[in-house]
Amino acid sequence: MFAPYLRDAWIVATLIALAAGCAGYFVVLRGAGFAAHALPMAAFPGAALAGLLGIAQVYGLAAFALAGVAGLTWLKRAQRPDAAAALVLVALLGLGALFLSLSGGYANAVYALLFGQILGVGPADLPPALAIGLGVPALLLACFRPLSYSAIAPDIAAARGLSGAGLDVLFLGLLAVTAAIALPLAGALLVFTLMVGPAAAARQLTPAPLPALGLSMALALLIVWAALALAWLTSLPSGFFVGAGSALVYAAARLWRRVKG
Amino acid sequence: MTHALDVAGLCVSLGGREVLHEVSFALEPGAFCGLIGANGSGKTTLLRSILGFTAPSAGRVALAGVAGYVPQKLQLDPDMPVRAGDFVELGLNGHRFGFPFPSRARRAKVEAMLAAVGAEAFAGQRIGELSGGQQQRVLIAHALIRQPKLLLLDEPLANLDLRASAEIIALLKRVAAQGVTVLLSAHDMNPLLSAMDRIVYLAKGRAASGRTQEVVRTEVLSALYGYHIDVIRVHDRIIVVAGEGGAHGGKHVAAIP
Amino acid sequence: MTLLQPGFLSSLPVQNALLIGAGAALLSGAAGVFTVLRGQSFAGHTLADVSSAGGALAYLLGISPLAGFFGLAVLGALGVEAAGERRAAGRDLAAGIVLGAGMGITALLLYLDVTLKGHGGAAVAVMFGALFAAPPGLGRAVALGALAGLAGLGLIYRPLLLATLDGELARADGVNTKLLGGAYLLLLALAVTLCAMAVGAILSTALLIGPAAAALRLARGPVAAMALAGLLGLGCAWGGIWLAYQSYGWTPGHVWPVSFFITALVLAVYAAAALARRG
Repeated sequence: MFAPYLRDAWIVATLIALAAGCAGYFVVLRGAGFAAHALPMAAFPGAALAGLLGIAQVYGLAAFALAGVAGLTWLKRAQRPDAAAALVLVALLGLGALFLSLSGGYANAVYALLFGQILGVGPADLPPALAIGLGVPALLLACFRPLSYSAIAPDIAAARGLSGAGLDVLFLGLLAVTAAIALPLAGALLVFTLMVGPAAAARQLTPAPLPALGLSMALALLIVWAALALAWLTSLPSGFFVGAGSALVYAAARLWRRVKG
Repeated sequence: MTHALDVAGLCVSLGGREVLHEVSFALEPGAFCGLIGANGSGKTTLLRSILGFTAPSAGRVALAGVAGYVPQKLQLDPDMPVRAGDFVELGLNGHRFGFPFPSRARRAKVEAMLAAVGAEAFAGQRIGELSGGQQQRVLIAHALIRQPKLLLLDEPLANLDLRASAEIIALLKRVAAQGVTVLLSAHDMNPLLSAMDRIVYLAKGRAASGRTQEVVRTEVLSALYGYHIDVIRVHDRIIVVAGEGGAHGGKHVAAIP
Repeated sequence: MTLLQPGFLSSLPVQNALLIGAGAALLSGAAGVFTVLRGQSFAGHTLADVSSAGGALAYLLGISPLAGFFGLAVLGALGVEAAGERRAAGRDLAAGIVLGAGMGITALLLYLDVTLKGHGGAAVAVMFGALFAAPPGLGRAVALGALAGLAGLGLIYRPLLLATLDGELARADGVNTKLLGGAYLLLLALAVTLCAMAVGAILSTALLIGPAAAALRLARGPVAAMALAGLLGLGCAWGGIWLAYQSYGWTPGHVWPVSFFITALVLAVYAAAALARRG
């Protein structure tokens, strides 16, 4: 399980968990569940296009996820934002299907991108994973107070010189690159659970902000490590273990809170 | 004496409609002032322009120092992992970027402020779980921790029962006694009559202001509301009621132009 | 895919595809109008995602994909109904996490399809659809399902419209809104299933929401909107099938995915309707 060829997978998975657990705390705090669901889907055609062009997957993913941020920000002003956003997302998924079909190897690639395939990680994935896995939590921590303030009391925060729209774009940008790096592990359909599950569980367990953030990151690490180990042991897809693990952790936290008080 | 707040000839238009027309009044340090008017009379707009959220089309607002703001209510998920004390601390440094290292001095300041508003008992609870009166105390602590010269409150009594409302008024009276000017909006002036020394009355975008004992008189209020208003004294308390009875027999009185 | 070389309409897979596309577009257009009006776009999307587990299960058990998708979509509808009754905090979060666990199970089932049954294309077929490779009898089954769905929608049309406008008002008028909501969700599950047959589970939201949202911008009354949504959906589905048929030879050895053309056409129709309304 810890063979040299798997070393990169362990490192990348750990970094993904740090970024996703940290971003997830703010997803739940700021009520950005839809964005966390949408950005990985928007990133999906990026991976397919990268395969078609022969560049590293993560750059295609990040480019499309960041374009997704621009799209979400723009669509917020539309008349029926939910219907419009859902349609654009679905069209992007369709575009991804086209790119995959053009690049050949359709079936396997579809499966890996939608549901995750961490064991395919190689040394080339390390630099972007390091940058995002350490950079995203550092930046989010540096913006901890303004991000919290504008989520709790947007009016007051605005009066104190914090631009709600600016913070939103900054946060969604960090969420997008996190989604891009996490997508190969959990898949476009399951990155959402890795962000939301640990954070939603953490806030059941503690009412304090910083401990909740730390707990969210720790639970994300637990889920990712367990998923990687179980995927290797059983040779079942890692996405299955990520989805099931997130749901289990959340259910356990709900149960613990109910039993305790 | 310099004024804590000086509003002169303030006009505000929202979406092409003039909401406030040449509003002028000034408040001394330590004044306790009620901003009274019906729903939709422009109370919230006036507070928002004093805070600088809404730009005026004419006139000016001058503040002697920092203004603290207490919104009516926070719309929060009860599970949000932010305790009452954490929110008060954000009043100190919520606008600052940087790693949120804990600091003992800051913690002590927050605890002193929580004690001053009587919120120690629920300081460790999630802010979304607090009752209306508890949340109001925390919001006041959050505004006061920056040591403002002026405290603005938007309908602080709207969601409170009689007891919580009386307690919040007593707390605000103590705040005003320490030299902080308090301006709070309310659609019902009765709970405030014993506390406030100044009234700003808003109707149809125009304001009339004065000392409480000058304004709370049957002829003045009847003219302001455009309807007969009785001012009744019972056991040294004053109550304002509208409608039937009294000298005018409930007939309509001409409104101020 | 050499099957597609001879005449378009005389090809059996194309006839089958046209029939499936028509059934899915007509029912989902009509049901989608209510989905958009009731602000349930996300519920429709959730049902579609959940139903993918049924599609994957159908391959594993060797039963008709229609039965698999519909079974899980109905289970999903029951879940949505149960969640709607509870007004607990964090309901959306809980729903999202349960949905995520469901997608994890889809991942597992699709993996088993490939390893145990050797269905290499199962992931693509379930998630993105494989209209030209649909089993021959599926077209007729989808057409029958669409007719049944439209008849059901006609039966509950008036109370549903009232409940959509104001639930309290409908209850005061003696409508059993709980029963009505359940019946509507069942119809939605059927519509989502038919859409999943045409364009795959994760793209089915396009046919459900897109034509309906476009029609609501253009039409004045609800019946006109339902008819227009059905027609727009039909145009997108058949147009997509025709384009995919034409795409053979655009790139060597490939037919471009039908689902791509259908979703792109739906988005174009929606954008055109939004612009037409504004202009």
